[in-house]
Amino acid sequence: MATVSEVIRPPRTSVGVPGWLKENLFSTWYNALLTFGSLGLIYVVLRGLVTWGLTRARWDVVTTNLTLFLIGPFPRDQAWRVWACVIVVILLGGLSLVVWGPVGRRFKVARRWVVIGWFLSFPLTILLLRGFGGNSVLPAVSTSYWGGLLLTFLLSIVGIVASFPLGVLLALGRRSSLPAVRWFSTLYIELIRGVPLVTVLFMAAIMLPLFLPEGVRVDKVLRAMVGFTLFTAAYIAENVRGGLAAVPLGQYEAAKALGLSGVQVMGLIVLPQALRAVIPPIVGQFITLFKDTSLVVIIGLLDLLNIAKSVVAQPQFMGLKREVYLFVAVIYFIFSYAMSYASRRLEVALGVGER
Amino acid sequence: MTQKPPVSTTSHRAVPFWRDVRVIRVLSQISFAVLVVFAAGVLYSNMMHGLKSRGLGGGFDFLKLEAGFQIGEGITYDPSDSYARAFLVGVVNTLRVSAVGIALATILGLVMGVARLSTNWLVNKIAAVYVELIRNTPLLVQLFVWYFAIILKLPKVQESIALPGSIFISNRGAALPGPVPTASFNSWLYYLMAAVAVTIALWIGRARGARRMGRPPFSLLWVAAAFVILVTIGWFVVPGAPFVWDKPSLQGWNYQGGITLTPEFVAMLLALVVYTGAFIAEVVRAGIQAVSRGQIEAARAVGLTEAQTLRLVIFPQALRVIIPPLTSQYLNLAKNSSLAIAIGFPDLFNVAGTIFNQTGQAVQVIALIMASYLIMSLFTSLLMNLYNRRVQIVER
Repeated sequence: MATVSEVIRPPRTSVGVPGWLKENLFSTWYNALLTFGSLGLIYVVLRGLVTWGLTRARWDVVTTNLTLFLIGPFPRDQAWRVWACVIVVILLGGLSLVVWGPVGRRFKVARRWVVIGWFLSFPLTILLLRGFGGNSVLPAVSTSYWGGLLLTFLLSIVGIVASFPLGVLLALGRRSSLPAVRWFSTLYIELIRGVPLVTVLFMAAIMLPLFLPEGVRVDKVLRAMVGFTLFTAAYIAENVRGGLAAVPLGQYEAAKALGLSGVQVMGLIVLPQALRAVIPPIVGQFITLFKDTSLVVIIGLLDLLNIAKSVVAQPQFMGLKREVYLFVAVIYFIFSYAMSYASRRLEVALGVGER
Repeated sequence: MTQKPPVSTTSHRAVPFWRDVRVIRVLSQISFAVLVVFAAGVLYSNMMHGLKSRGLGGGFDFLKLEAGFQIGEGITYDPSDSYARAFLVGVVNTLRVSAVGIALATILGLVMGVARLSTNWLVNKIAAVYVELIRNTPLLVQLFVWYFAIILKLPKVQESIALPGSIFISNRGAALPGPVPTASFNSWLYYLMAAVAVTIALWIGRARGARRMGRPPFSLLWVAAAFVILVTIGWFVVPGAPFVWDKPSLQGWNYQGGITLTPEFVAMLLALVVYTGAFIAEVVRAGIQAVSRGQIEAARAVGLTEAQTLRLVIFPQALRVIIPPLTSQYLNLAKNSSLAIAIGFPDLFNVAGTIFNQTGQAVQVIALIMASYLIMSLFTSLLMNLYNRRVQIVER
């Protein structure tokens, strides 16, 4: 017996805008209360921020000092060197996006060149910024003139690049079967992880000159870089150790059965797999380091935050701390958020945790 | 291809010692140790040479000297006290801000972590914005915003903002009402101690009795009620109230009475709590999400209410996942309190920095700082590991 069934449409209150509102904001009486409370909170905060930001805030302190925020006291007639470095990095970034992007399969050969380019760009940047003594094209710029966002980036990039090999060595040392090596690595890692970064920076700033033989002088920026490297290496080591633990034992055994030597097993079989798994936590470590570079304020380097401090100390910008610190916070937020977004994309692209 | 003669399994041709794994292991360890000792020795001799050329001796004798500098807040201290006492003031200040910070950050993190999973879209998004904003800006910048841009811009003491409950907020910090013991406080203390003893006994007996009877234990509310009843009886038995609430009052340039918090302490506390709270929220969220969906459905199926599901099913299981990362957040909070030096809160790092500036004893001061933080870290992780062992599931 065939019956003609009438298609009953869902009730008006469960679809469309009213349905969404009911389900997500007013499902129960206490949810409705929470919604109204949240609306009130948003209203108060936004109204305060918007009226202050549009009427009372003096944003000219930011626009006037924009170059100072970006490169600090770097000589203005040499500023083109900084911009040149930025352009190189942007070009390399763009190339990487193309080569590893959706149409990247056609550029397999180019990938190698882009990687080489990245490796070359690092010493090139340092060389370009430092210059050489006694010529007019690239006169030497002392590191005490490095500052602002430029110094923030340099410190974090040098920190992560230099601490990576050290961290891998420490991680291998901590898993070593030789007790002397294992104890040393464990002691180092736990000691560093147990004390605050400020202590390590303070130690690098004060004790490093003491440790070195007389006559060897290390400038302040380099000392901070050493401090960040020593500190971050301990954390990278723990990340890498996690990656090493994730490589199945069968991989070691298979590699040994094929007759690879100990170094070959590590370099060709285990480390490539382990490092692939720890790319996301290492990017996270880089973001942490990027934020932590602000601590060089305490040892007196002119990074972004310290430039902000010096800007609010200028007589004509007295009392504009809200504007300046908010601006600095926004800059840090933009870069950190962009990096963590990229890291999440990378995690998906690598398929970590899916296999 | 030439046929090799079969290797005789019976002939024991000695492996040359430089290819013997056992010898290599020992030799490589010895050479590593020698290398480390040699490097340390070079650094040490350089350091000693450098110290001597600066006219500094070793030892911790300098700690007995008179400090001679002021410390803004903390336990009783006078500039004529020794450096050791000054350092102790710093340690106590660090512990104070860390302990209060840990307690408040846990509450904030718990609320925000649960809010992050709320089915209410607006609450969910507010928590998400909070977490992302805080986690992606440096703590030091947040500390500067709290201190320079918010607290120091509050009204002057004379025009301070009065909140309900006699709380006053101004650019000189916060003033809260505090308890002041009266003459009868000591006799009331006995009731308090008795109440604590009864509560502990009830607590232990509760779980034991429940195990013997094979029945769920009576509610914790009864234990709390026993405590409250005993303490209240004591309050009325002793002559007069054991303590009175002392309300802060404006006298001259600052508030007198009650508990006064300096702007540095308030800024440090706010920055640490808000910053760590965002990280704890993520830890809590991950922990709750780690509880499998079936557990929640089963709890609903046996008729538990939403609150009961959260309290009896989700939290106990989530706790196991939450505790280890929560421990490292607590440690981070204690370590991050060293940023106090940037706003002049006299914590241990700040005081030690002043001691270093006055005496120049770099090595000893750094050793003291490191030892203090390491002891604090070890102690915290010990406590948390004990707690962790309690909540972990015992697998057969």
